[in-house]
Amino acid sequence: MNISIKDLRFTYPTGLEALRGINLTIDSGEQVAIVGQNGAGKTTLVRHFNGLLKPTSGSVSIGDWETTKHSVAKLASRVGYVFQNPDEQLFSRDVLTEVSFGPRNLGYAKEKVDELVKRALSLNELSDKTETNPYDLSPTWRKMVALASIIAMDTPIVIFDEPTTGQDAVNVARIAHVIAELKREGKTVITITHDIDFCAENFERVIALSNGQVLLDGPAREVLGKDEILAQTYVDPPQLTRLGKVLGLKETVTRQDEFLKAVGQD
Amino acid sequence: MRTIFRLGTDYNIAHDLPTIQTAACFHWVEHMTFVNIQNLTYKYPLTKANALENIDLQVREGEFVAVIGPNGAGKSTLCYALAGFVPHFFKGDISGEIEVDGKKSSESTLDEWVLNVGLAFQNPFNQISGAKYTVFEEIAFGLENIGVPRDEMKTRVEDAMSLTGISDLADRSPYSLSGGQQQRVALTSILVMRPRLLALDEPTSQMDPVGTREVFGVVRKMAEEGMTVVMVEHKVEWIAEFADRVVALKDGRVLLEGKPNEVLTSDLLVEHGFGVSRYTSTAREAKKRGLWKKDTLPVTLDEAVKGFK
Repeated sequence: MNISIKDLRFTYPTGLEALRGINLTIDSGEQVAIVGQNGAGKTTLVRHFNGLLKPTSGSVSIGDWETTKHSVAKLASRVGYVFQNPDEQLFSRDVLTEVSFGPRNLGYAKEKVDELVKRALSLNELSDKTETNPYDLSPTWRKMVALASIIAMDTPIVIFDEPTTGQDAVNVARIAHVIAELKREGKTVITITHDIDFCAENFERVIALSNGQVLLDGPAREVLGKDEILAQTYVDPPQLTRLGKVLGLKETVTRQDEFLKAVGQD
Repeated sequence: MRTIFRLGTDYNIAHDLPTIQTAACFHWVEHMTFVNIQNLTYKYPLTKANALENIDLQVREGEFVAVIGPNGAGKSTLCYALAGFVPHFFKGDISGEIEVDGKKSSESTLDEWVLNVGLAFQNPFNQISGAKYTVFEEIAFGLENIGVPRDEMKTRVEDAMSLTGISDLADRSPYSLSGGQQQRVALTSILVMRPRLLALDEPTSQMDPVGTREVFGVVRKMAEEGMTVVMVEHKVEWIAEFADRVVALKDGRVLLEGKPNEVLTSDLLVEHGFGVSRYTSTAREAKKRGLWKKDTLPVTLDEAVKGFK
């Protein structure tokens, strides 16, 4: 299911023009990272995908649905959105109820709900925490509950807003595994992130936003190598990309395997 | 003086305090322990395990200490203990002692304590008062509460906003800001109070890389000016560049403590699920393949460049 964005502009009621003419197509099954400085419009952009925000002008379509013509509730069957802050998202008494809420609301049969919930809990390593109140869990695990409650809705498109914020190395690896699994299932995954190393290691396409416009868009290696343009939106290339550049490696490298291979050949 | 540095290495005083003679400095260090945590053990109400266990930690006045650790290591609890919220607000079982500037937390009330210690919360959403319409007013909130005269308040708010680079947000609503902007507001609203001890709980978690570096720079500057800083962070590359010392917490205990490069390249961190710099992990792998010849591993870009050249 494609996402098609045409001449999208959005101005907040306060007069702040957050998006200033965005044109993008995201194909079914793509793994896309959105990067850019604070206030660049990243969250504003993705909130258009599930209809939480409607364009001031231009259009956003999810498959054949234009977001202005469908309710947020209806769009929720196509686009799952994991909030930056799990505390804004979680409200149920226990993890099982929380994770079941989404698929139940989409009107699936009980058997299907049970199956989706079971799978989402297991993917997020929550199977032993079903009876716990989400607010008795550490912020790390609350994040995983937030992920699971969206993944259980089995939407073709899943959006993560800064999934690795405040997470330790073990949990970042856990989240990377979740994303890889969604990719294997053919889902479209769109992630906002400031963690550029995480971005390099897990995403094929990178979109850099600056000041409400698309600054760069392309394969991760290509985009992440353009340090001077990225600097305009306060993004540093991944650590190994910077190192490779200073060392004068011929190709842009973003990951450890590429880096070691290039250094070994030198 | 108690043992401050556990890795058995001497602190490079000349490096850290370039303006003061080394000999005089030793004397200075000996007498200027500003934070003194002794054998602190703490358990939240209704939990079984201790959040902190036998923590001993001394911090000099004007020192910038970074605290790292996996989720659940006790980092936030340590911040709460420094800020007096543990145990005064959270209650629970506590033993041991927290002293800041010679005053004992156990013998103080929270409203006395906050005049000396500022805490920026991990989640800025939790810190914004909800009582103010603009960022400017939000930052003035703390000063209003301690009765700072209006003119002084205005100057201090403006200075603090310019220091953290948010002057252009002055008239915005705190709730209309992006996560990273909100985080800067939260930090500014603490800095404006000019606490002598600043506890920061992942103050850059939602910031872009340039914002992150700027915050580290501001914090370094505050430390140079004599503010004592304890900062919980995951971003090891910047810790290595800006902090004086690193404390690695795991399961409520101090696992390692020492100079940034020594702690951040320790094999123990990998074993215990800590995040390390890509420079460190890549050099460690390169070493196995004979591509890294140095004895010590890098944490920063400069160190990595020197070793791979």
